[in-house]
Amino acid sequence: MPVTTINGREVHVDDEGFLTEYDEWDEDLAKVLATTIGIELTEDHWKVIRFLREDFKTQGETATTRRVQTVGGVSTKEQFALFPKKPAKKMSYIAGLPKPHGCV
Amino acid sequence: MSAPIVPDFGDEDTGRKIAFICSKGNLDMAYPALILANAALGEGVECHLFFTFWGFDMIIKSRMHDLKFSPAGNTAMHLPIGGLRMPQALAPLPGVQPVATKMLKQQIADLGVPEVPEFLDQIVAAGGHLWACRMSADMNKVDETDLRDDVEGIINASEFIEMTDGAQVIFV
Repeated sequence: MPVTTINGREVHVDDEGFLTEYDEWDEDLAKVLATTIGIELTEDHWKVIRFLREDFKTQGETATTRRVQTVGGVSTKEQFALFPKKPAKKMSYIAGLPKPHGCV
Repeated sequence: MSAPIVPDFGDEDTGRKIAFICSKGNLDMAYPALILANAALGEGVECHLFFTFWGFDMIIKSRMHDLKFSPAGNTAMHLPIGGLRMPQALAPLPGVQPVATKMLKQQIADLGVPEVPEFLDQIVAAGGHLWACRMSADMNKVDETDLRDDVEGIINASEFIEMTDGAQVIFV
């Protein structure tokens, strides 16, 4: 697993750059990850990110956009507005989680 | 110090475009285009769904909630117990279609995948475009008022060809 330095801190990532260690993430790091991909985090973004973090803890996998809507309560439309073009990948990246595994 | 490893989200507009022709109205054949269209939209790809022939049942308001699955003619249908092939002679018997439909709906729901109308809601919310086929509308004697409100128009074959210039077209 590659190690990369983000915000002066070493973190483990996969070949694409997604964090691989759940506990190496914190909210300060999330802000930096978001800025790196051109997103300024607002309270609406945090709602999604905190849901993803919590859901991962119980489910063991990253929620899909479908699940973020049905369980997390953030509509598909809103997800596309907050994380343009590729919501599933962008929100998992900022939340320090792997890309979702499910199809829908 | 080397630059941090950051995923490439490919945000620059590649102009990629996909169109699905949905020509089937059986429950099992409604899903392939929906799943792929939803995935394409999630990858930032422009996406169009064109409903034609039997696929019209997916967008006709009075029919879209009631698509059916039949094992008739489908030799890949296995029984839930023992994984045995369902004999084709049994497939057309009364009661088989409702049971098979119910089972398939349950299996889809268990995966957290929505029913067809709700799935189309999600696709439209993600920026997908729905179109209806002129000839099928005329054949079925339906107009815009019979179709989902988010169908953007009833278009003819030439208009579909024009619209999908440069698109990858997938026939289902």
